Amino acid sequence: MFTLEEIKRSFLVSVWFVFLTFPIMVIRVDSIEKTVQWRWMNVFWVALGTFVLSFVFRYMMRRKEMKSSDEDEQGDATGRSFLHRWLADPKYRYIVFGSLLAIAIIFPHVFSTYQTSIMTTALMYVVLGLGLNIVVGLAGLLDLGYVAFYAVGAYTYALLHHFFGIGFWVALPAGGLLAALFGILLGIPVLRLRGDYLAIVTLGFGEIIRLVLENWGQFSQGPSGVSNIARPGFFGIEMSLDTALLYIFYLMVIFVIVTIFFVNRLQDSRLGRAWIALREDEIACQAMGIDKMRTKLAAFALGAFWAGIVGVIFAAKTTFISPRSFTFIESAIILSIVVLGGMGSIIGVIFGALILILLPEYLRALSEYRMLAFGAILVCMMVFRPQGIIGSIRRTYTYQNKKKPDTKVS
Amino acid sequence: MDYFIELLFSGLSRGAIYALIALGYTMVYGIIGLINFAHGEIYMIGAFTSFIVATILTILGFPALAIIVLAGLAAVIWSASYGFTIEKIAYKPLRHAPRLSALISAIGMSMFLQNYVLLAQTSDFLPFPQLIPDFDFMEPIAHIVGSSDMIILVVTTLVMIGLTLLIKYTKIGKAMRATSQDRTMAMLVGINVNRIISVTFIIGSSLAAIGGMLVASHIGQINFYIGFIAGIKAFTAAVLGGIGSIPGAVLGSVVLGLTESFATGYVSSDYEDVFAFSLLVLILIFKPSGILGKVDTQKV
Amino acid sequence: MQQPILHVSGLTMDFGGIRALNNLDLDVNEGEIVALIGPNGAGKTTFFNCVTGIYKPTKGEIDLYQKSRNTMISLLGMKPNQVTAQGLARTFQNIRLFSQMTVLENVMIGRHCRTKASILGALLRDKKTMQEEDQIIQISHEILTKIGLIRYENEIASNLPYGAQRRLEIARALATEPVLLLLDEPAAGMNPQETIELVNLIQEIASEGQSILLIEHDMKLVMSLSERIFVMDYGKKIAQGTPDEIRNNPAVIKAYLGEEVDA
Repeated sequence: MFTLEEIKRSFLVSVWFVFLTFPIMVIRVDSIEKTVQWRWMNVFWVALGTFVLSFVFRYMMRRKEMKSSDEDEQGDATGRSFLHRWLADPKYRYIVFGSLLAIAIIFPHVFSTYQTSIMTTALMYVVLGLGLNIVVGLAGLLDLGYVAFYAVGAYTYALLHHFFGIGFWVALPAGGLLAALFGILLGIPVLRLRGDYLAIVTLGFGEIIRLVLENWGQFSQGPSGVSNIARPGFFGIEMSLDTALLYIFYLMVIFVIVTIFFVNRLQDSRLGRAWIALREDEIACQAMGIDKMRTKLAAFALGAFWAGIVGVIFAAKTTFISPRSFTFIESAIILSIVVLGGMGSIIGVIFGALILILLPEYLRALSEYRMLAFGAILVCMMVFRPQGIIGSIRRTYTYQNKKKPDTKVS
Repeated sequence: MDYFIELLFSGLSRGAIYALIALGYTMVYGIIGLINFAHGEIYMIGAFTSFIVATILTILGFPALAIIVLAGLAAVIWSASYGFTIEKIAYKPLRHAPRLSALISAIGMSMFLQNYVLLAQTSDFLPFPQLIPDFDFMEPIAHIVGSSDMIILVVTTLVMIGLTLLIKYTKIGKAMRATSQDRTMAMLVGINVNRIISVTFIIGSSLAAIGGMLVASHIGQINFYIGFIAGIKAFTAAVLGGIGSIPGAVLGSVVLGLTESFATGYVSSDYEDVFAFSLLVLILIFKPSGILGKVDTQKV
Repeated sequence: MQQPILHVSGLTMDFGGIRALNNLDLDVNEGEIVALIGPNGAGKTTFFNCVTGIYKPTKGEIDLYQKSRNTMISLLGMKPNQVTAQGLARTFQNIRLFSQMTVLENVMIGRHCRTKASILGALLRDKKTMQEEDQIIQISHEILTKIGLIRYENEIASNLPYGAQRRLEIARALATEPVLLLLDEPAAGMNPQETIELVNLIQEIASEGQSILLIEHDMKLVMSLSERIFVMDYGKKIAQGTPDEIRNNPAVIKAYLGEEVDA
């Protein structure tokens, strides 16, 4: 692949990018001090980086093309990775989930409180990812304002606690239900729209919620946020900070399990099929007798419900929330999790959340580049691997019919 | 009354800026049916490029007019190059993919560019030099209508006329219109569709760059985030006018600019962005085809 | 006397200034195969879209027979999914399968409007819901067997050969238990062998009492299958009758020869 022609092409690409990035990457000016800083080394890095990347880009493109022509001939056998076949076997699935659960249980006893706290955050994103996965992955509705529902949940608890002293366990369902209600209220007018409009309107809605929280001082305490939110109680027992964090961690583990359980059931239900059909072809879906609005609303409301629940937990964990926790960046992170993991794939989303939340935490040096990387991930995944790292596989069914046992081996 | 006229003009110049950005959205949408989320970032990069070039030229002691022209030119060249490159990397490979994929890719590109400028430059607000001088002849009405408001209106009007002529009368304009109506058919009659798409991105990005420079000079500061909000608002304007329609984008922008100006002037400035978003939501709900847009019947 | 199951009268559809359908009358009786033919652009698919609720007709009546109440009910103003629930299922001229779902799941979607498991049922998996699921799978399985696609059952729909995709559309529509099945150019793009298989399939479905209204360009197929034929041109009905009557109808010959001279 390293022919002269290829090298020439990559060289031209790198020249182009040196030109393209020149003003932004090389020059830095200070208009007050009237100084100019020339960072010539960046020319070298850009040239080298794009030279290499252009090889990678072309290689990946070729591989993708080859793969798609392969798949046409061999059916879906190639589409299933080793991991899929492995997880499809219930015996292994129990082993995997069993060991994951064991790891989760001993985790806080092996690692520090700080690590446990990070893990709790990662688990929260797992649930957020699974919630958004219902909306984006299954129903194919691009919701860019998902953080709004998260904010609704968090503020529900924060304000209920602040004004009425209401506890965590009452606020938890209240936050979820209120978020779902918001989902329905927003969904009724908006879900009639075509996909791309929906993306923008939800984005706008997310911003509106944040701006209202910031500006409506008497209600939400404005930009300074709400503090002194109570941590979740456990039959009225007083807990030290460490114990409380441990408690939240275990609560979160339980929530993750419950979420996986429910989302899995939803996905395999009559409703779950309707979502996927809706994603594939709206018109055909309606022609098959599926009520488009109701099905979309269900996805929207359920997705919002989970965001609301996690919002309440978030408020309880940090004991302080402000509108700054609910910017578009949060929505973008959750979307990246779903896209990286694999839209519509539960296991994928779990891995996606763990990778995207834990990696920047442990690679501190890279955390600055986090959002840059997330942007690149969204583009690269869509271009090279739209199904995600662990794509969803369609379920196959077995029959009770005695004459025809399920003998198909895939 | 003066206050009213002041708001009127500030609304008009606001609208003019939105129009420069909205045209890029509308043209790209017309041709490939995609909301180019990264378009706001192109505008931001235009503002940054003109900022960098203008500052260097100021230090070197160039005359004001030369600075404006050269900074504008640089902004156009680089923004257009970015637009062109983005299309090749993030959209072209997805031309036959589901719509959702292209949209996600566009959002990713927008995030990438924002953070690229954030990391390569700064997260601070940068003071943008005032490129447009206060004209003497504007002196008597300067308390109502600023010189830069005037320049923005004039430049935008000229650009609009130029664009209209380009699309109506040149060969490339005809090819663009043909491609937007039916891409396959355009290909069959020998139009190089890839080239037309590239040209559309280049023109749209150039307009955004001009907008970027004008608004930066008008407001006096820039940072990496300006493209995001401006992008959403310009998109709102494009939808308001009827996405895909060029006069619609201009009309929608003016309506949005005036709405914002009067709403912040007479109601409350805290909720400036809320007005725009609410307007967007309301239009999409009650008249998704916009003021001048055609109602599209879905082909079955 | 035969029971009419679809009764359309005075159906008119305007797009802006263009009249795509002009005062169209059409009837289908129970157990009949009726064909709707006409040159390209005659308004056949528009007719389907009006009847199935995708377009809102400008004027006219559309009534469908309801067996349970033994009356005709009007389909006007209904959404496409409601029309399907009333018993009108269709296929599409350009295949519109759920391409990333398996063949079986495609058919299972057709059962959606005949079942009613809720979110709660999905979460709790109570006995009733699970029975319903089993029943959906069972019926879908049977339909696939009948249509001859059972060997593809667990394939992703987009991986099927073209002819099989067309048949799958029919299977999916049948799963909704339609009173009347609308087929929009079922043989389009098929090779002669596939077309023969399709004719046999349609005959088999019809022999079980299924009423069918089909749009088709393949005249051999139309003439061999249909009991009655409606001919449209420029949004108007120009003829109706048995295949023999249509074959010798001067207006029809003119409409078709005209087209051939143009082409």
